[in-house]
Amino acid sequence: MLLGQARSAGSPSGFTLERSGSIHYVQSSTRITIDFDIEESDPIAHIDLGVNETEFPGIRGPLRFRPETGGPLLELVEVLLRRPHPLSPGERELIAAYVSGRNECTYCCAAHSAYAAAQLDEGMALVDQVRADPDHAPISTKLRALLRIAAAVQVSGREVTTELVEAARTKGATDLEIHDTVLIAAAFCMFNRYVDGLGTLPAGDPGWYAQASEHIARSGYRQVV
Amino acid sequence: MAHIDLGVDETEFPGVRGPLKYRPVTGKPMLELAETLLRGPLSLPTADRELIAAYVSGLNECTYCCSAHSAFAAALLDEGMPLVEQVRTDLDSAPVSAKLRALLHIAGAVQRSGRSVTPELVKTARTEGATDEEIHDTILIAAAFCMVNRYVDGLGTFAPTDPKFYDETARRVISVGYRNTV
Repeated sequence: MLLGQARSAGSPSGFTLERSGSIHYVQSSTRITIDFDIEESDPIAHIDLGVNETEFPGIRGPLRFRPETGGPLLELVEVLLRRPHPLSPGERELIAAYVSGRNECTYCCAAHSAYAAAQLDEGMALVDQVRADPDHAPISTKLRALLRIAAAVQVSGREVTTELVEAARTKGATDLEIHDTVLIAAAFCMFNRYVDGLGTLPAGDPGWYAQASEHIARSGYRQVV
Repeated sequence: MAHIDLGVDETEFPGVRGPLKYRPVTGKPMLELAETLLRGPLSLPTADRELIAAYVSGLNECTYCCSAHSAFAAALLDEGMPLVEQVRTDLDSAPVSAKLRALLHIAGAVQRSGRSVTPELVKTARTEGATDEEIHDTILIAAAFCMVNRYVDGLGTFAPTDPKFYDETARRVISVGYRNTV
């Protein structure tokens, strides 16, 4: 807009655009000054993702930047979190939110907390309880045992002990549920690092995550970017 | 023996190959991701990408992934396994380009946490000639191996100790790619 105004006033050239300041130029012997202060920020991420990051926060910028890797990443998350499974989508989103919280990934934790809350009867209150104190949160003993495995995976794959797996199995977890818990936790150790390693911007408005969760509940992950 | 019954002979399908066969619906996008990141038409040489994978897997102490991707990198590099081992033991004195060293430092930060990647690390890589795409791909390779390493060790899979196994796997991956390895 600023450049548009300046150009329409006489196509000045040779000035450097900065975030705030003044532009001076002379047209028909008249000195013209334009003061400016750019509110909308430049790219925040470590690289230029080629998108408006407030419109495409978190992982959405990188997914658009490199669609050839974005495709399999979205396919993986769709299968892990939404495909029919003995663990409900809400429970699987809860594992994703829990691991993302432990990795301190603001965007992923806020997003998957919202997606979990939207799909669990007890809503965000339960998500907050699980994230703060999984040992006392009102969840099934099976899910609690699976969250302990997820917590171990977050530290290192080598932290998953035979005892943790046995405990989950005693509480009724199947091999498939143990497998998917390990892979969901591992996958979020990737997504969290991808999102924060590129220094992407989380969504500023908490309402954004609730809106995103409606969209994902309706159309799934494959369509998010 | 793995923590769960993968339904395969683990000596025949060690490491990630057991889980990939156990759950093809997740295995397929994971192999697709590996193929694109490590062998797809990106600007970083394939050998450098395998080196990043081996380096991160070493930091995560994942025996199977580190042995496998070290063998793949060695097979693709003129300097072979000695260079892979130098990079893994002492990155700062290893004879790699300043650009690759800077990218490996970014990968090392990602291995600790995404939040460890600083503007300074990125700026150094850029000063040494890395493009935005190369910085992106380095971060995603490092992040992806933080997933794969946890998947392999979190399920307690078997890792062969005989280096010959990894050399043979390297030959197969280099000739037919990741999509066809399981």
